[in-house]
Amino acid sequence: MRVSLFITCINDSLFPGTGRAVVRVLERLGHQVEFPLAQTCCGQMHHNSGYHDDAVGLVRRFVETFQDAQTIVIPSTSCTAMVRGQYPYLAKHVAKDEGLLRAVEEMAPRVFEFSEFLTQKLGLSDVGAYYPHRVTYHSSCNSLRSLNLGDGPLTLLRHVSGIDLVELPNNRECCGFGGTFAVKNAETSTAMLTDKMRHILSTGAEICTAGDNSCLMHIGGGLSRQRTGVRTVHLAQILASTAEEPWA
Amino acid sequence: MSIHFPTRAADGLRNTQQRRNLAKATNTIRGKTAKVTAELPDWEALRDAGKAIKQEAHARLDHYLLQLEEMVTKAGGQVHWAADAAEARAIIVRLTKAAGTDQVIKIKSMTTDEIELNPALEEAGIRPYETDLADMIVQMAKEKPSHLLVPAIHKNRVEIRDLFRAEMGEHGTGLSDRPPDLTRAARAYLRQKFMETRVAISGANFAVAETGTVGVVESEGNGRMCLTLPQVLISIMGIEKVLPRFDDLSVFLQLLPRAATGERMNPYNSLWTGVHAGDGPREFHLVLLDNGRAKILADEVARETLHCIRCSRCLNVCPVYERAGGHAYDSMYQGPIGAIVTPQLRGLEEAGSLPYASSLCGACHEVCPVKINIPQILVHLRGRVVREGHAGTGEALAMGVAARMFGNQGALDWSLWAGRLGQKLLMRDGTLPWLPPPLSGWTLSRDFPALPAESFRDWWQKREEK
Repeated sequence: MRVSLFITCINDSLFPGTGRAVVRVLERLGHQVEFPLAQTCCGQMHHNSGYHDDAVGLVRRFVETFQDAQTIVIPSTSCTAMVRGQYPYLAKHVAKDEGLLRAVEEMAPRVFEFSEFLTQKLGLSDVGAYYPHRVTYHSSCNSLRSLNLGDGPLTLLRHVSGIDLVELPNNRECCGFGGTFAVKNAETSTAMLTDKMRHILSTGAEICTAGDNSCLMHIGGGLSRQRTGVRTVHLAQILASTAEEPWA
Repeated sequence: MSIHFPTRAADGLRNTQQRRNLAKATNTIRGKTAKVTAELPDWEALRDAGKAIKQEAHARLDHYLLQLEEMVTKAGGQVHWAADAAEARAIIVRLTKAAGTDQVIKIKSMTTDEIELNPALEEAGIRPYETDLADMIVQMAKEKPSHLLVPAIHKNRVEIRDLFRAEMGEHGTGLSDRPPDLTRAARAYLRQKFMETRVAISGANFAVAETGTVGVVESEGNGRMCLTLPQVLISIMGIEKVLPRFDDLSVFLQLLPRAATGERMNPYNSLWTGVHAGDGPREFHLVLLDNGRAKILADEVARETLHCIRCSRCLNVCPVYERAGGHAYDSMYQGPIGAIVTPQLRGLEEAGSLPYASSLCGACHEVCPVKINIPQILVHLRGRVVREGHAGTGEALAMGVAARMFGNQGALDWSLWAGRLGQKLLMRDGTLPWLPPPLSGWTLSRDFPALPAESFRDWWQKREEK
């Protein structure tokens, strides 16, 4: 299958390893990956902060870049939720553009979050990964409540050989990232992060994983600040790792 | 005076007693409501029905309100229309004075808090007594409620004992801090008020247009006392609370207790229609309040704010509310629903920080008994904050720069190059432990990852060249 990758701005600039891992997994499964160079950002930061006119500009850019793509894969739950769930709002209520609304609604069924593409579009649960570490999984809010991915990502993790997967207590609660919330309401965000880290540390895991590097940047930043020794790793990187080629 | 949520929240975060009370109470109530909503096989259908009834009522609000007025009047009640808080206060003060009394008993009502009725009554020489236990505590302590349904959730029993000792006269003398003793004292104190007071003021959970019936649900029985013992009953209700048909109560009397307190049914469900000779109050007045609601109704996205039945389930599942506490919202409406109601009632200039008091985690939308899409409305209101010019100029500038950066691949590449150069000064062990304002909020508690030397795009392009 030809797969168009929307890497997201955070992964492109700060977590390129996640993008390389996605490419490795998809190619290993026999798919052809393309990366449209005109892509930048889905507009989520502007949208969630109230800068809706700027966000509309990025919606138009996304639509132009990906309108001919058959299948669009995004290794981020929040960016996928933005494209599928919020583009129609922006087209209808901000741009007030019928044509744009039709375009984003027509495109939505072709947009998949990375784990969703594997489990729901391809029907896979075992992607041949090997990862000999103790891991706990943080289900991001968008995975749970916007995309309704349910147990999909966990199913993929359960089929990774060598993994010691431990359940994260209170795993439906937000980690406190919330985009610019983490800066505007830094103290409340920190209080939420502290409780999330407490739960992560209680599992004894070496690695906390998730399908979204924005949650992980926040959680990992806290774990690093506290010198916990626990690291955050995107789900794609765990799935990319094999016995022959462990993911660095 | 404008509400600055981050500062108010910082106080709440440092309030050890409140943090513990809230974590314990919200956790307990989450468990209870989850259990009693899961046990109903048609809970989802009930939620949909609740939403549909509210949509229907609001789509023809003028019709149903006029019908309500007609039916209440027919049953011997009187209807008063109040465009705003000042009008509502004036009506209620006038009616109370006309009854020739200098004190009133009150049933827990958020609408009377919204119109700031108590100070207006006091100014007119009328003493209002709250009769809901927690509201009475908050009133005696001269504080503000911190939770829609559990207004004194921030206080512990020792604080309450000291308050009762100071404020309840003989009933408070030598009181212990045991909950049964506290309850007994409150009961004895309140019975006296119920017996000697001639005017009661209540809110209303519902009013039925078809029959002119008004309803209040409660747990303590103080409401039933207020609704039946005094000679004059004055009820105030936001215009959005009207229901078309009596049958609609079958939906809401299931939704509300299960979502609110985790009970299958409220202990007290009071419904009354006008006045009846020889039974209950001699006079019944219904004050219908707009106070900005019609304006909310005109906003296509935000209008479902008015579906709210004040169950407070969104507060109980909100990770921000649980930690920041109710006083951070500076309003009688707290938590996620407060973050969308208050800015719409009081304006974005005053309450523009409230729509940002959320990580948009969606827990509120997931459990709302009438399916209000609170995260969507929060984002919608943020858009209005920016459009109406209430965002900081520094932030607006930064967002503009970011938009241009993302609008052009070359600009993005250049920004990454500049970022890699700039971070050299700040980098320690591959991370950035300190960032300048406004990003210093991030580094309050988190290291920031350093930009790697090679972006994904660089890697991809190199790979394609091979």
